[in-house]
Amino acid sequence: METVIKQSGKTQAIKEKANKVMGISLEDAKLTKSYLSVAFLAILLGGILGLLQGLNRAGMFELPAWLNYYQVLTAHGLLLVVVLSAFFTIGYFYAGLSHTLGGLLPKVRKMAWIGFWMKIFGFVLAVIPILMNEASVMYTFYPPMAASPIFYIGLVFIVLGVWMCAFGAFINVASWRKRNPGQHIPILSFFATGVFVLLFFGSIPVAIEVFTIIPWAFGWVETINVMVARTLFWAFGHTLVNIWYLTAVSAWYVIVPKVIGGRRWNDLLTRIVVIALVIMNITGGFHHQIIDPGISEPVKYMHVFMSLAIGFPSLMTAYAMFAVFERTARRKGGKGLVGWYKKLPWGDVRFLAPFIAMAAFIPAGAGGIAQTTNQLNQVVHNTMWVVGHFHLTLGMSVVMTFFGLSYWLIPYVSKRVLTPQINKLGVIQTIIWTLGMIIMSGAMHWVGLLGSPRRTSYSTYFDNATALSWDPYLFFLAIGGTLLMIGVLMQVYAVFYLMFFAPKGNTEFPIAEVEEDEAPTPRWTERWGLWVVCMIVLVGMAYVIPLVDFIVNAPPGSPPYKTW
Amino acid sequence: MMHRSEKVWLILSFGMIIGFMLIAGYQAFAFEMGPPSYGERIDPQKVDETPPFDKPGIKKIGENEYEVVMTLQVFSFTTSEIEVPAGSTVHFTLTSKDVVHGFQVAETNLNAMVVPGYVQKITQKFDKPGEYLVLCNEYCGAGHQMMSTTITVK
Ligand SMILES: [Cu+2]
Repeated sequence: METVIKQSGKTQAIKEKANKVMGISLEDAKLTKSYLSVAFLAILLGGILGLLQGLNRAGMFELPAWLNYYQVLTAHGLLLVVVLSAFFTIGYFYAGLSHTLGGLLPKVRKMAWIGFWMKIFGFVLAVIPILMNEASVMYTFYPPMAASPIFYIGLVFIVLGVWMCAFGAFINVASWRKRNPGQHIPILSFFATGVFVLLFFGSIPVAIEVFTIIPWAFGWVETINVMVARTLFWAFGHTLVNIWYLTAVSAWYVIVPKVIGGRRWNDLLTRIVVIALVIMNITGGFHHQIIDPGISEPVKYMHVFMSLAIGFPSLMTAYAMFAVFERTARRKGGKGLVGWYKKLPWGDVRFLAPFIAMAAFIPAGAGGIAQTTNQLNQVVHNTMWVVGHFHLTLGMSVVMTFFGLSYWLIPYVSKRVLTPQINKLGVIQTIIWTLGMIIMSGAMHWVGLLGSPRRTSYSTYFDNATALSWDPYLFFLAIGGTLLMIGVLMQVYAVFYLMFFAPKGNTEFPIAEVEEDEAPTPRWTERWGLWVVCMIVLVGMAYVIPLVDFIVNAPPGSPPYKTW
Repeated sequence: MMHRSEKVWLILSFGMIIGFMLIAGYQAFAFEMGPPSYGERIDPQKVDETPPFDKPGIKKIGENEYEVVMTLQVFSFTTSEIEVPAGSTVHFTLTSKDVVHGFQVAETNLNAMVVPGYVQKITQKFDKPGEYLVLCNEYCGAGHQMMSTTITVK
């Protein structure tokens, strides 16, 4: 028995080594390639819909009668927030798990495939009613607006698919830990664990919400508790965007330092940032309800506190990133207080794209802090400012990091190499995307402060003078949107070129090592059970009081409405 | 292990976040500048029969002080086209008769969610004369972009 274990341990070790030298196994590569293909098809489709919206909102383009603005908006949100981000994150982390844990277990690979098809099936179910104009309810689908039940059933399958992938990741990590007692989970798999913990626990509230909506949408139950649904939605909705952010952060800590020829930031602090983001994330969503009725001011204030706390690990990240850049540049002979920046590889898209993404997070994060506090939130709530904010965070900080990753991740999984031409294309793409986002999101922030609302098709509000004065700013949405569309086309071209046509060869999975003199990381960082308990306690502190109040002192519920 | 600059940065970050928290709390509780949070419940299907929403309208309740009772429904505000003299303080009492709406007045800080089943209250002083655009800023259906009215300050 013992020899068997030893032997299987040995083959595992050989496999791990082989994986590192030869690259990913064909089966694991196929999984990641499929996930990434879906992600980039989603950005192509979602991008086209986004451009149509930008042009319409600026009053420059009339949508055809069979496709209205709100259908386009619902599909755009779902394609980019749910499909692009989720498929990229899962594809990337599964490649990371495979690389750092010595290959995926066959069982886990199967689970990821089942998850893949469940999500695709769920998405098709959700899109059919959107196309038929039976589900123009937006990404937030607030009751008592009621879409076709098929839409919600589609969402259930998407959530179940995500859970499959989360459990797969847990099983693979647990099996590695059993085989490597006393060792720390490799850092990228540590990030993956955090992301999948959040994906699982963060989607529990929306699962509960959807299970109460379905019987109501079918008409089996007459009314629904609107505030409970709304609160459950945001416990999930904001966690989701922070999950993509944590995915981008993993690349900043682990991948980017290697790309520039440096070393990783302090391993202990990195793990603390991951743990902090996992524990504090779910409660952050409540700030979407700062100006809701029916929630007392002390409860709202407690949530301001909880939402703002997420800023702390983000500020630590800001420090760590710039410290790594400076340290690396100085080692390469960079001089002066700020002159060292010349030593960074600006012409390398694998660095340039994530770097600009990080830089964008400075204003994006500041905007996030503004929205989290009472009075500032009231000024910008539901205005175009918010749309500008999440195009800066999601569209720039997260998606641009994903773009930067794709220039080595896709050659890595397709056993090809990044050519100088595609690198150049990537640099130009990065610049176009950056300009597009600055113009579009800048205009959105500004016009939002003037009072222009979000999620509204072109309207002058009966030629109201105030509304007409917003038009010049909205014009910039069209310009920015057009640049972004060019960026999408270039990106999608680069992705599929690298996947199928680039020259064959081996590409490295870049994972930075820690500094040589670094103290060993303490064991307590590995206690995921404890972190999950901490997270549940915090979620309880945040949500028990308001939810119990909404349920115990519930007003008569609302029947379903179809208002479009 | 930790560099001095890192410690300084951590302290600054911590101070900034705590500062934000304290300012938000101080404004909310000491200056009563908290966000609109009124808690009264109402049957969303019986709004028309429930006072004060059975008689929406504007009422003068004091020197330069007005009360506006308003219902929001797809895709309109009832009481619309309100007129008040400059320098008036207006107390809005709002509820929805159907889906979730937003109540926003451009060029002011008036912004509140109006959720069916709940009464929402928010107050604003209008100093500058002009025509203020009132609009719904929460997507509420096909005519959402038409849902607006005005407040005229003379
Ligand atoms: Cu409305």
